Amino acid sequence: MSIVLIVAEQQPDGHLRKATLNAVGAGKQLADKAGAELHLVLLSKDPSKVTEELKGLGAKVVHTAAAPEFEHYLAETYAPAIAELAKSLNASFVGAASTAQGKDLLPRVAARLQAAMATDVLGFGGSGADIVFNRPMWAGNVFAEVKLTTPVKVFTLRATEFPAAAGGQGAAEVKTFSPKVEGGKTKFVDFKEVKSARPELTEARVVVSGGRGTKGDFKEIEALADELNAAVGASRAVCDAGWVPNDLQIGQTGKVVAPQLYIAAGISGAIQHLAGMKSSKTIVAINKDPEAPIFQVADYGLVDDLFKILPALREAVHKAK
Amino acid sequence: MKILVTAKRVEDPESKIKVKPDGSDIVKEGLKYKINPFDEIGVEEALRLVAKHGGEVVVVSIGGKEVQEQLRHALAMGATRAVWVNHTGALDQMGVAGLLQKVTEKEKPDLVVLGKQSIDDDQNQVGQYLAEYLGWGQATFASKVESLESEQEKSKSPALVLGADGKSVRVVREVDNGLATIECTLPAVVTTDLRLNMPRYASLPGIMKAKSKPIEELTPQKLGVDVTPKVQVLKMAAPPARKAGIRVPDVATLVDKLRNEAKAL
Repeated sequence: MSIVLIVAEQQPDGHLRKATLNAVGAGKQLADKAGAELHLVLLSKDPSKVTEELKGLGAKVVHTAAAPEFEHYLAETYAPAIAELAKSLNASFVGAASTAQGKDLLPRVAARLQAAMATDVLGFGGSGADIVFNRPMWAGNVFAEVKLTTPVKVFTLRATEFPAAAGGQGAAEVKTFSPKVEGGKTKFVDFKEVKSARPELTEARVVVSGGRGTKGDFKEIEALADELNAAVGASRAVCDAGWVPNDLQIGQTGKVVAPQLYIAAGISGAIQHLAGMKSSKTIVAINKDPEAPIFQVADYGLVDDLFKILPALREAVHKAK
Repeated sequence: MKILVTAKRVEDPESKIKVKPDGSDIVKEGLKYKINPFDEIGVEEALRLVAKHGGEVVVVSIGGKEVQEQLRHALAMGATRAVWVNHTGALDQMGVAGLLQKVTEKEKPDLVVLGKQSIDDDQNQVGQYLAEYLGWGQATFASKVESLESEQEKSKSPALVLGADGKSVRVVREVDNGLATIECTLPAVVTTDLRLNMPRYASLPGIMKAKSKPIEELTPQKLGVDVTPKVQVLKMAAPPARKAGIRVPDVATLVDKLRNEAKAL
């Protein structure tokens, strides 16, 4: 029976990354379609911390490898170990969530396995050996059906598109393996957690974004974001102007977000920005200009001055709590 | 030091991308093309490194004759010379990485700098494939800690820091929830994220000079790489259309709609 191997990810604090649960959920869907067995793999300095959790997610086998070199993630040490396991299992599919680690690691694993790869998979089509991957291109302006013709197929998946695997689904068999640890050209120096009271943009349930209409004054954007426990975003124009840091940029060359609620204030809706946010579930646009293109993608549009609307909206949300 | 940088030709991010009715491709008519924005950041970083440490920046692009535009753009920014891998037709990340491997082995740079992804296929893979093919260390999603308005940015100094012995590079990487710093022994592959730098404009003298800079022509055959795609795009489609929205007169109506209709609050 062919095997779908999903790479689990441990956070620096030792916990399993939430996106791994969605990756396991996706792995189940794929295993069903391909008629394959689901296996998980975790490399860690100490896998015992999450092995119990991984065991209950419904996979057939959980493979773990422990080594001091796996304390800090590095593609150069992780990729050969994952590839070695995939080879020994004769796995047909190797996948992981599209986290920073998944995106860094999986292409290197794929290269080692001489496998083609699909990034940011949204869903699977076909069946058996003819699985196709659905994935976005041009920042979500195009949905493509992609076929990988190599014997081994590698992918990362967009966590928000797949259900999280729940715990308590029986106990997988746990197998330990001891890969040859390679590497030595790359060295971990340090990790600085960016501590913010606000959620991370790509993970936030609500995003409040400001554009040129703010004239660089983000106080009301931030105040509303804090009231909604939302992340703050911005259009490219305000980042280019140096009004806010570039890491807030949402768009084709910035971050692509798909929260439950996206509030765009003073944003005209240039194509480059729309590419980064139009998959949001509900979009609210606040803009003085009734002709602004953002209104064409907004579920709810309010034509007015954001400096008047945002404080009122914040107040109304606060009262309704 | 010698740095090889990539300059992929992509649709201008301000272009409206539409899919052909038969789903075979996007509509190319009327589109403008640019250097991939992440590659442009790579060119800028390479230029800054060379300005500080000496050496040369070699820019490479793969595609038909038209990619010479992107090569000239990088040359106008200040790259020393260019390599053009002349290839028309479909190409996937394995083909691109295979070609870049051969060009790298030929050029023997200390560093290869690529955009973390191109804004057309959004794969985010080529740098990692290339590093593995070469057996080099990789540092993806290179970023800078300081904001764009810092003095450091204004002084145009590089964000990538060479080790004291000049044999390694220290890279701050933008990862989930934070910044990871790693050190790679040279030669290495670095891919650039958005926050690394702000690319310079090509000056008029730069543009004039670029016209006489050499572009070397290679082909997959000359490089001995089979580029038959292993990734086949079977079908393209527009994303599901959004239902037409409504205008609301005031904040009270908005909050009511968000709460009771969209269930978003």
